[in-house]
Parts: sequence; C-alpha cells; structure tokens
Amino acid sequence: MQYLPNIIFAILLTVAIGYFAKNVKKLIRNIKLGQDVDVSNNKKERFKNMAMIALGQSKMVKRPIAGILHIIVYVGFIIINIEVLEIIIDGLFGTHRAFSGIGPIYGVLIGIFEILAFLVFVAVVIFWIRRNVMKLSRFWKSEMTTWPKNDGNFILYFEMVLMTLFLVMNATDVSFQNMNNGNVISQFIAPLFSGMPESTLHIIERAAWWLHIAGILIFLNYLYFSKHLHIILAFPNTYYGSLKPKGAFNNLESVTKEVKMMMDPNADPFAAPPEGAEAAMPAKFGASDVQDLNWVQLLSAYTCTECGRCTSACPANLTGKKLSPRKIMMDTRDRLEEVGKNIDANNGEFKDDGKQLLGDYITNEELWACTTCNACVEECPVSINPLSIILEMRRYLVMEQSAAPVELNNMMTNIENNGAPWPYNQMDRLNWKDE
Amino acid sequence: MTVKTMAEFMAEGKQPEILFWVGSAGSYDDRAKKITKAFVKILNKANVDFAVLGTEESNTGDVAKRAGNEFLFQMQALMNIEVLNAYEVKKIVTCDPHSYNCLKNEYPSLGGNYNVLHHTQFIQQLIKEGRLTLQGNLYKGKRITFHDPCYLGRANNEFDAPRQVLKNTNAEIIEMKRHKQTALCCGAGGAQMFKEPEKGDKDINVLRTEDALETKPNIIATGCPYCNTMMTDGVKAKEKEAEISVLDIAELIANSEEL
Repeated sequence: MQYLPNIIFAILLTVAIGYFAKNVKKLIRNIKLGQDVDVSNNKKERFKNMAMIALGQSKMVKRPIAGILHIIVYVGFIIINIEVLEIIIDGLFGTHRAFSGIGPIYGVLIGIFEILAFLVFVAVVIFWIRRNVMKLSRFWKSEMTTWPKNDGNFILYFEMVLMTLFLVMNATDVSFQNMNNGNVISQFIAPLFSGMPESTLHIIERAAWWLHIAGILIFLNYLYFSKHLHIILAFPNTYYGSLKPKGAFNNLESVTKEVKMMMDPNADPFAAPPEGAEAAMPAKFGASDVQDLNWVQLLSAYTCTECGRCTSACPANLTGKKLSPRKIMMDTRDRLEEVGKNIDANNGEFKDDGKQLLGDYITNEELWACTTCNACVEECPVSINPLSIILEMRRYLVMEQSAAPVELNNMMTNIENNGAPWPYNQMDRLNWKDE
Repeated sequence: MTVKTMAEFMAEGKQPEILFWVGSAGSYDDRAKKITKAFVKILNKANVDFAVLGTEESNTGDVAKRAGNEFLFQMQALMNIEVLNAYEVKKIVTCDPHSYNCLKNEYPSLGGNYNVLHHTQFIQQLIKEGRLTLQGNLYKGKRITFHDPCYLGRANNEFDAPRQVLKNTNAEIIEMKRHKQTALCCGAGGAQMFKEPEKGDKDINVLRTEDALETKPNIIATGCPYCNTMMTDGVKAKEKEAEISVLDIAELIANSEEL
C-alpha cells in the first residue's frame, strides 16, 4: 500500500499527458486541413524572428505595462517549471524534494521560484483588474462575451491558485522552513499556520502539493480548449510568420497561368486542356471556408490569444465599424474546430454541414470595412496576419461571386476599360503637363 | 513644363535616369495633379533626366488587387511590365505609395524587376548627393505634422525619408501621438477610396484629422495623393480649412524653394 500515492501519481500523469497528446494530434490534423504553402526558405531569418518575437517578447513591450507584466508571467512560467520537474520525480519515486541534495544552490533556486511565484501572482491580479475593474475597452468588444470572456478570467484564476498552492506548499513544509534557505516569500506565509500541530501542517502541505500538480496537469489539458494555446504556438507561428514587407500581398499563381494564356496571342482558345490540367486547377479562387486558407493561417487562428491589440489599432473598429481583426481570427478557429468535430463524427471525413466561414461566421460587411492598412499585422505580438485572411475572402467574393460593392465594380470596370479607376480616357493621361 | 516620355527618349536613342510613375491619381485627379507638377519642378531644379510613360502608362492594378480582383491586378501588371521591360526601365520613382508598394513588392514575381523609390526617398537621395540644395524659409516657424502613408510606412518600413526631407523646410515638425509604426490610416486604403464606408459612428479620415489637430499644426504634410484627399476632407469636416492646409511633401519643397 505504501506505493499507492506513487501509483496514483503515475496514473494521473499518464492520463493527463495522454489526453493532451491526443488533442495535440487533433490540433495538428486540423491545421493540416489548410492549403499547402511554402515556408521552407530563410531558416536563419525565421529562427531569428522566433528568438526575438516569441522567446524575446520584443513586440510585447511595445505596450510597456502589459508587456512587462507579461514578461514576469512568462519568465515565471518557464522557470517555475523546473520545480515541476522535481514534483514529478517526487511523485513517481516517493522522494521528498529530490533536488534538495544539490546543496545550498537548491535554496537559491527555490528562493528565485518563490519570488517569481509572488511576482506572477501580483502580475496576474493586475491583469485581472485591467480586464474586470478598469475594463480596458479591448477586453469588452462584442466578440469578447461568453466563453472568450470567461476563458480569459479562468486562466488568471488558474494562475492565482497555482501560485498560491506553490507558496502554501512551501510555507507548510516544516523541514523546508526549518532549513530556512530559500523560503524568501513563504516565511511570511508560514505564520498564518503557526500553532497548528505538525501533522495538520503535513496534511496541508500534501494537499497543496497534490492540488498544485493536479492543477498544472488540468491546466495543460485546458490549453487545447483555450486561447491560452499561444504559450506553445507562439513559437511556430513567429517562425512561419511572413518575411516579406507587410505591403507585399501574395500573387495567385493559378491566376497568373490564366491571365498569361489570355494575353498570349498564340494561345488556342479552343485547345483541349492538357492531360491532368483539370486536376491542377484550384477548386476556387480565394477562400470561403477554412480549408481554403493555408495552414499557416490556420495555425495563427489557434495561436491567437485574443489580446485585442489588433482590434484596438484597427481604423475600421476605432470608428465603429463591425470589422475586428481579432474576431476574424477567433471565427477562423471556431469554424476550424467545427470542421474538426464534423470530421471526428463522420469517421475521418468531412460531411457538408451547409455552413462555411464566409457568411456564417464572417460577414461581407466586416470584410469590406478593411483598409488593408496593416495596423493589425503590426500590432500582433506573435506575427498573426488577419489581413491575409480578409484578402483571401475578398478574393472569393469578387472572383467567385462577383459580389463586390457596386462602387468597386464601377471602379474595376473603369480600370479594365481605360486603365484608371475613374472614367477618364487613357489618351488623356499626360494632359496634366499642359494644364 | 518639360516632361518627356519614354517613347521620346527612345526615339533619341537615350535612356533617362529615372522613370517617373505618375499613377492614376497623379494623372487625373485635380488635387493630385498639383503634387505631380510640384515633383516635376523639383526634378527639373535638380536637373534629373526623367521620363514618364504618358499614355502608355496604365493603372498598376494595386487597388483592384486589394479589392480582391486578382485577375484584373495581374492583367494590369503584366501589361505594364511588358511596356516597362520593353523600355528597359531600371529605376522608377512615384509620388503614390500604393504604386510604389505594388511595383516594388508585387511586380517582381510577375517578371517586373525594378529599383522603385517613393518620391520622398528620391528627394532625400538628391539632397544627400548634393544635387539638390534647399534653402527656402517660407515655412520657417510654421508647425508641420506629417501623416505617415500606410503603404510607405508600415508596409515598407520607410519612416525617415519623408521626415528628413521635411526638415529642409526649416519648419517645426511635430509628431502626432500615433505616428510611424502606429500611425492611423487615413481611411482610403484597401479600395475604400472608391466606395462609401461601412456603417459606423465616425469616418476614419475625421478621426485621423483629429489626431493631426491635436498637434495644433499650420500644415498637415502628406506623402500620398489619397491621404491628401482624405485629410483635406477631414480638415473641411472640422471646419479648419481656413487655418490649416494639407500639402504633399513635394509641394512643400517646391513652394519653399519658390519653384
């Protein structure tokens, strides 16, 4: 029976990691529903971007208050995870503070963990206040109700509880307190438990230990369902982020082929397409659903942590239009999840559900409000490009549905007819020099 | 005004130093034409050998692309590239950041490879190389705020050239709260110039004009014909057109040097 805790711990760990792995597989499968895109170039520059933007948080600090608080939570998260390693070893082998044998440096380490845990707690409380008391407007937009709103707060509560449990665990660990090395913060919590018999303290310490690790494992599995996936996906997303100037929009190769054929005076308009050409044609131009987007765009949808910096900088949103770049990403993820569930329910094959990203999630009104100014792309701390999705959907509206606003159709007809967006004669193009 | 076309250069068996891409706004829009002419005056003052395509120039297709019409964009691009390559054009300068972005970033993969500069970048080069000396004092003591065009600034990371050129007017340059990377769009981009805005509680150009007005400027400087229109309309909406003028950097330099 003495091994019961070890066995329970091992089961808990296996189940938690197993379930997480299962969801990660699903996540990868869903992302791969996207179109292929070649992002294999410039590995060096890509690593540099990842190191600067994700690891180095270079874009987070563009907004200093949120940026510095975020760095505290981020550094705390990474460093305190060393402690989790010890917890896992203790749990599996029934040891107590397995690393304490490394000498006085252990105290230094735990001391750092405690300080970080305290700072993380404070930072998270400030985050909560910014969301719920100060009501920063970007957290109160129309897409931030129900689940997205709760999700944001749940994460903060999770972190508060985990940090508290960690500190309580240390505070009620009598031998650790007696050692008096590393209990930088917990020594001030310990007096709260003074007067309790050692056996009670032990129970509290054990409870805190178990709840702490259970909490971490639950949190790990919460990720897949939450905007908090960014703690993992920020890395691949910044790696695969665009390396071109923001103004450079991709040129559709499928269109190039058609236009070149159209403009080729030697092309035979009645020629039968060469063998296999039919299959090589894209199913459609632009995107009306998630499968039409490329996989980096889908990865980005899962990466978005709904901070709303994009939306708070969007000129359309700032002037009361319906467009919110954050909502574009959230809609893409929601629809992708829906498609994924559809595939799960239909033995691995997608059954048409009569829905799509365009119309059922994102409206034409939102798409046409975009000025393509790149403010959202500039703002994103993890290299997400909502504008690229907006453009793909506009392409679908225009090239597949001819559904551009009437004024834009006029503008385009003018360009086609006389090479200018207004109905002026091409022959008058140089008139300005004599006026 | 001496403006020669590429065809004329070719007839003489010569190649100009630069091709001035006038763009649709610069060719047809009454307000933008003034910017075009101001820039030509600067080119003439610096003795730059330049040509235009004239009637052989056609819309870059930029606005069609951003509206989602990739077909139209590529048709325009391929037609223009054919003309540009036939004239063996190497270096292009334009007053329109949208044309600049499109020619520089979106033409290469379709076969059009040129060294493309925004006019503020080219003017800065002329000053650096000593080909253009500016000493005008017309704007001395005036307060000027510069509105970054999205397609020059954020889209292509050029924030310095327009500011460096503006310094030569000896005016006081005051930055808006949102400037450079965080500059707010004027509201014209993404084909918005050619349509009514979606329903909202304000027009973007009015919001951006408010940004500018906070700096208490005498002049709002622009580097894009569309921004110029939007900011001019914004100033009118705020009933400030009597006190505040909206001028392109090329116009400011031309005026200041009494060209």
